Amino acid sequence: MVEENRVTLRGMWSSMYSKRVELALRVKGIEYEYMEEDLMNKSMLLLRYNPVHKKVPVLVHNGKPVAESLVILEYIDETWKHNPRLLPEDPYERAKVGFWANFLHLQVFEALAVVFTSEGEVQERAIEQEEVFGVKFIDRDKYPIISSWVMSLTELPLVKEVIPPREKLAGIFRFIRDKALKSSAV
Amino acid sequence: METVKLYGAWPSPFSYRVIWALKLKGIPFEYIEEDLSSKSPQLLQYNPVYEKVPVLVHGGRPICESMVILEYLDEKWPQQPLLPSDPYKRAEARFWVKFGEDRGPSVWMIYRTEGEKQEKARRDALEMLTILEEHGLNGKKKFFGGDNINIVDIAFGGIAHWMGVIEEITGVKLIEDNKFPLLKAWMHNFKEVSFINENLPNREKMVAFFRARRSMILSSA
Repeated sequence: MVEENRVTLRGMWSSMYSKRVELALRVKGIEYEYMEEDLMNKSMLLLRYNPVHKKVPVLVHNGKPVAESLVILEYIDETWKHNPRLLPEDPYERAKVGFWANFLHLQVFEALAVVFTSEGEVQERAIEQEEVFGVKFIDRDKYPIISSWVMSLTELPLVKEVIPPREKLAGIFRFIRDKALKSSAV
Repeated sequence: METVKLYGAWPSPFSYRVIWALKLKGIPFEYIEEDLSSKSPQLLQYNPVYEKVPVLVHGGRPICESMVILEYLDEKWPQQPLLPSDPYKRAEARFWVKFGEDRGPSVWMIYRTEGEKQEKARRDALEMLTILEEHGLNGKKKFFGGDNINIVDIAFGGIAHWMGVIEEITGVKLIEDNKFPLLKAWMHNFKEVSFINENLPNREKMVAFFRARRSMILSSA
């Protein structure tokens, strides 16, 4: 890879946000170098590239860092304009995508995080929200369209390449959850 | 040209973001004031998911979420751009917009709570302001956008005009005298810009409105 066009992704194998960027790069056929960050021991480079959040993923292109997964996706689409496009061309269609991306982030992922790191009453309330949006416990009878969308996604070869093995994910999630429960049970 | 309508509410900083963008770009529009205690059927039809303002309706098609509206306006009316043209600078601008969306609510939490919850919100808000001062404005010129206002300045407009009202009503001071010199200068510069200055809700009205609302919120908590 020529130095000028060098693309590096600093990520974490179990991070959904990291995977988003990996998927986007692969969909676009962009050559990149992946660097795994140990979130317990963040590298000096990560802290320099993302001083505000100190989080992955960070995409480094031509030596310049881009942070925030959705911002990175837009950057990729605008820098590598070839097909397939990640976002639609039409401004109105783009606005619709923007709306749903926000919705997903706020209503689904944030709620998921609460379910994940809590128990008892807090978790009950979060699960209620979950069931309204039908993502975490995707009951196929209740939410046939969302279920089939998830199935189609996970069948795609590119997606299969990128998703980490279930046991590995379950292991680290258990670790994170225990940690979160311990720290909130002061 | 297709008509542009904006459904907004005078106390809402999110509404004003869109007004500022429309004024900056010189886009003619019809403004419809919504009574948030009694929302119009049009609003509920155009924004069924959140039932909130602002909603922009262009040629009969609704767009919701203030920052999504701003990007849409920038794409349809490229004059007086809100975003830079270089992809890297656009990514930087969008990073700060997202930062504001994620951390901004802490200021409103100070307004909506008291006691320990308010104290936590105050700490969160201070952290946000510190990061803005040290990383967002550090080395910048007058505005986040450089010599001229851009999407990031508009996104943080709430800090310039609404935050002071919250400080007054709650007695929680965030911008103390010698701290945040860059942010203070930015707030002043922002409100001096003509199309901002001419489009700000009246401060007394705001204090009265938000004070009354806070009592309601706290008593129903």
